[in-house]
Amino acid sequence: MLNIQNLNVYYGNIQALKGVSLEINEGEIVTLIGANGAGKSTLLKTISGLIKPKDGEILFEGQNIAGKVAQSIVKKGVSQVPEGRRVFANMTVEENLELGAFLRKDTKGIREDFEKVYNLFPRLQERRKQQAGTLSGGEQQMLAMGRALMARPRLLLLDEPSMGLAPLLVKTIFRIIQEINDTGTTILLVEQNANMALSVADRAYVIETGRIVLDGTSDELNQSDQIRTAYLGGH
Amino acid sequence: MEFVQQLINGISLGSIYALIALGYTMVYGIVKLINFAHGDVFMVGAFIGFYSISVFHLNFFLALLISMVACAIFGVVIERIAYKPLRNATRIAALITAIGVSLLIEYGTIYIRGAQIEAYPGNVIPDVTIKFFGVEVSSQSLFILGVSVLLMVCLQFIVHKTKIGKAMRAVSHDMDAARLMGINVDNTISATFAIGSALAGAAGVIFGMYYTSIDPLMGIIPGLKAFVAAVLGGIGIIPGAMVGGLVLGVIEALVSALGYSLWRDGVAFIVLILILIFRPSGLFGKNVREKV
Repeated sequence: MLNIQNLNVYYGNIQALKGVSLEINEGEIVTLIGANGAGKSTLLKTISGLIKPKDGEILFEGQNIAGKVAQSIVKKGVSQVPEGRRVFANMTVEENLELGAFLRKDTKGIREDFEKVYNLFPRLQERRKQQAGTLSGGEQQMLAMGRALMARPRLLLLDEPSMGLAPLLVKTIFRIIQEINDTGTTILLVEQNANMALSVADRAYVIETGRIVLDGTSDELNQSDQIRTAYLGGH
Repeated sequence: MEFVQQLINGISLGSIYALIALGYTMVYGIVKLINFAHGDVFMVGAFIGFYSISVFHLNFFLALLISMVACAIFGVVIERIAYKPLRNATRIAALITAIGVSLLIEYGTIYIRGAQIEAYPGNVIPDVTIKFFGVEVSSQSLFILGVSVLLMVCLQFIVHKTKIGKAMRAVSHDMDAARLMGINVDNTISATFAIGSALAGAAGVIFGMYYTSIDPLMGIIPGLKAFVAAVLGGIGIIPGAMVGGLVLGVIEALVSALGYSLWRDGVAFIVLILILIFRPSGLFGKNVREKV
């Protein structure tokens, strides 16, 4: 579904991604793990069109979307839940969700998706008239995810959904990620919490200083000594 | 009763400031730029209204509409040519450009039509004195107030209920997050300039009708005062600009009523200094710390 070939991205003179290649098949959850500053968010921003790559290809369902404007990428069916949630704090929960469906014109479908999102996150329905800025961190994460789902994406990019959340909430969020995947949405999950990420993902890539250094199924990586010491806190 | 009359005059003057201040505040809210050329868009609006009425003999409402549409287009052209290329430049570069654009419009207008003052046709809308409870109010004052309030209600509707309004609020809060929703940020910014400039155009026609004389440099002082009004209400906050404009108009009218009319312009800037010292985020602004 998504096929990235030899992607190079620069911030000024600094190269943030060095020849990254990565593949995601339809229906999978693929996780990208790595330390702070390794280039995880840069990769997601490049896929979403917020950053233009210097060269390389990003093929989404066969079409090269590298360097396209963000708007057209959302339209093709790729939505992102950005790091730090980035909800529109000065708008209500409902308005945030409406903005998620900004490019859609099928009023009926949008209404159905409101139902779906409210079923997935009942808390959002309770708070739908509330300003998003007044929500707790976990609720904001739910809102950011619901907002992305309102675009009815086929590929959902999640950037650090567990960041800053209590362990119990992290579990809930990951359960919901699994549920979203079960309904047919392909997911690329960026995480620092490698344990949790590997527990839901089918396959994983490890990124270090802008380069993919390892990839394999989640089971393989779970058993890799290199991963255990570097990312899973094992010995 | 003199006091109440002055109060009503102040409110009508203030509603003109508010219309201009809205453009300042909306543009600042979305691109963090103080568009100093905004007062000159107001001037251009006054002239377009003038020519519509005196040369093409259109009625007031048609002139108002034409002026608003023309200014909206003018505002978008300014944004696309002068500001868009500087979107990622430093804020001071954009600010200096805005001052340059302002001078270009002022002296460009003088170059094209000369610097002479033009007298607005006075009989565009009936000017009768209405008396109630001993207060004498000119029908023009009430008319100005009515038109301004109507435009502000329309603006509130656009900003809160329409898709483009929601896009504007989203972009002003977080540009990248807005992009991730599929919002076309460039078009949204242009729409903001269009709406702000249309309001300035409307203010220009109303101002011309009320004060009857217009000239190519007429935008400077009302523009600066509207900027004060926007800061007074809290720059970037739409209701703030409305209230800031009205408060400033009333303060000026009261200063005149107390017999210090020569001090009127000065007082506006004293208000600016005081607000910057004691409440820099304005009446409606929250003192938010920037998260790192």
